[in-house]
Amino acid sequence: MTQQEALFRFALRMGDNTLVLGHRISEWCGHAPVLEEDIAQANIALDLIGQARNYLAYAGEVEGKGRGEDALAYLRDSREYINALITEQPKGDFAHTIVRSFLWDAFHLPLLKALANSPDERLKGIAEKAVKEVTYHLRHSSEWLVRFGDGTGESHDRAQAALNDLWRFTGELFEADDAERLLAKAGIIPQLENLKADWNATVDGVLKEATLQRPAGEWMASGGKHGMHTEHLGLMLAEMQVLQRTHPGATW
Amino acid sequence: MATKHEKDWPLWEIFIQSKRGLDHKHVGSLHAADAQMAVENARDVYTRRGEGNSIWAVRASDIHASRPEDQGAFFDPADDKVYRHPTFYPMPEGVKYI
Amino acid sequence: MSAQDNEALFQQRVDDEQKVEPRDWMPAEYRKNLVRQISQHAHSEVVGMLPEGNWITRAPSLRRKAILLAKVQDEAGHGLYLYSAAETLGTGRDEMIDQLLAGKAKYSSIFNYPSLTWADIGAIGWLVDGAAIINQVMLCRTSYGPYSRAMVRICKEESFHNRQGYDILVTLCKGTPAQKAMAQDALDRWWWPSLMMFGPSDKDSPHSAQSMKWKIKRQGNDELRQVFIDRTVPQAELIGLKVPDPKLKWNESTQHYDWGEINWEEFHQVIQGNGPCNAERMAARRKAHAEGAWVREAALAYAEKKAKRKAA
Repeated sequence: MTQQEALFRFALRMGDNTLVLGHRISEWCGHAPVLEEDIAQANIALDLIGQARNYLAYAGEVEGKGRGEDALAYLRDSREYINALITEQPKGDFAHTIVRSFLWDAFHLPLLKALANSPDERLKGIAEKAVKEVTYHLRHSSEWLVRFGDGTGESHDRAQAALNDLWRFTGELFEADDAERLLAKAGIIPQLENLKADWNATVDGVLKEATLQRPAGEWMASGGKHGMHTEHLGLMLAEMQVLQRTHPGATW
Repeated sequence: MATKHEKDWPLWEIFIQSKRGLDHKHVGSLHAADAQMAVENARDVYTRRGEGNSIWAVRASDIHASRPEDQGAFFDPADDKVYRHPTFYPMPEGVKYI
Repeated sequence: MSAQDNEALFQQRVDDEQKVEPRDWMPAEYRKNLVRQISQHAHSEVVGMLPEGNWITRAPSLRRKAILLAKVQDEAGHGLYLYSAAETLGTGRDEMIDQLLAGKAKYSSIFNYPSLTWADIGAIGWLVDGAAIINQVMLCRTSYGPYSRAMVRICKEESFHNRQGYDILVTLCKGTPAQKAMAQDALDRWWWPSLMMFGPSDKDSPHSAQSMKWKIKRQGNDELRQVFIDRTVPQAELIGLKVPDPKLKWNESTQHYDWGEINWEEFHQVIQGNGPCNAERMAARRKAHAEGAWVREAALAYAEKKAKRKAA
């Protein structure tokens, strides 16, 4: 694998992660528990979709085959998507959505902080802007998780159940693939396993305040980063890509 | 905690300073369970188009207002104190810096 | 002061184009009328999120996806501004929402029509928001201060909605034959319901006369509807779409379009709950509210605990 190929793959993955999660969060628009939260979740989704557009456009340029953001988003099948599994999990109840965001945000923020120092100017630029956005995302998801954990009996149980459900998707976040190892070695991106301490500190701190238990489960699912997804992603993409697939080549 | 009729989150009045150096201006209200959520909801609701530099949130029930029936006694007496306004003083033609 | 004096003073203030503010004396009917109208307006924004929200996950490009999401998010904001304005009249948001969910409050009947294709997202922005803006610009000058201020904010934000809708249709009309047909089909289905948005003819409108006297409304339904037609028909022609009204014709002497007849029977049926999507819209709102109850409760419970700990 050349460095260029690795860079393509990494930018594509970041695009997939942010697009899939942004899409998932946008599913709340019009259905949130309270109007203020419709607006808050839409803001988060908009940030992520904006980041996805930047990453995918960059991936397309690095690849150099004339694929733009939409070709990459709309004309790849689920086996070609390389996002982390946690981002594609269905919205579930609001506790699932908050926990999904929280576990991701706690990883996303330190990753971006490291990318903001990347010698790759484009990644650096995207990350510098995204750091501010994701700082807010993590704050929002952490606060809700604390509210749920330390709120009512029902909210505590729902949050714990969501945590237990989604925990198995967190291991994969820190597993570098060949592209990530190559880029880390070249100093373009951080070593993913080095982000784990930061993630652990955030997760443990918030769970403690929320009076929630860190799940004991050791077994971790993985595969998303290599195109082996849960069944949810195929359905999500079928919906997302329907117009582009039905009207090949049309402009929208 | 659960009451029979669900309780609304309290109402907060939101004031936004759009730029450093300007006043905080009342922009509207929203609901939030606590002060921190009120400030963050205000960020999401009232500064989506870059209108914000700083946010104040005040619980609506903490605002004390003058009453409409006091309007006359409160505000009319200021109407005839024209000497408080600089235009009250005629200045000789050609005078500068005053 | 006697009730009559109050009433006369109130009308004088309205006639003098002074805004009415929340703590002012106002006739009970004025208050009731306003709560009804503002809450209906707020409900319309919130229910109006559904037909468009329906396409956020299917928007055909990332750019369109972001625009649509931002737009539907704005509708939530507008609902929120309006609920806040109504709350200054002493009715809580929870109470207004309870009424909506109980089926006792109305909302704009246009949102009971289905959004079947992507072109409908264009048509909603162009026609539905176009019609709404004409009404909203008038309401910026409404006599009740908080309502008027909310409308000023809404109009400022709304101006991009109308354009993004038209832009979708412009693109479709320049596209493949299938895309152009999609655009025409959307216009065919949304044209008449959009005209109905202005409400019954003034002579049949139960609230119109009193609302005009109190300057809650400032122009009649028929006048506003004509403004909409006069503005919109040339926009349709410009992109090669045909307005589905065989009687539509420019009238040189009136300098307005003459046009056909609204199917008021359909209008009343939709209002009565028999539109194509009334049941779905209400079900979606009820579901969101019911499933969000534990969330709202948890936030309140946590806030109370935190306040107690702080006090201790």
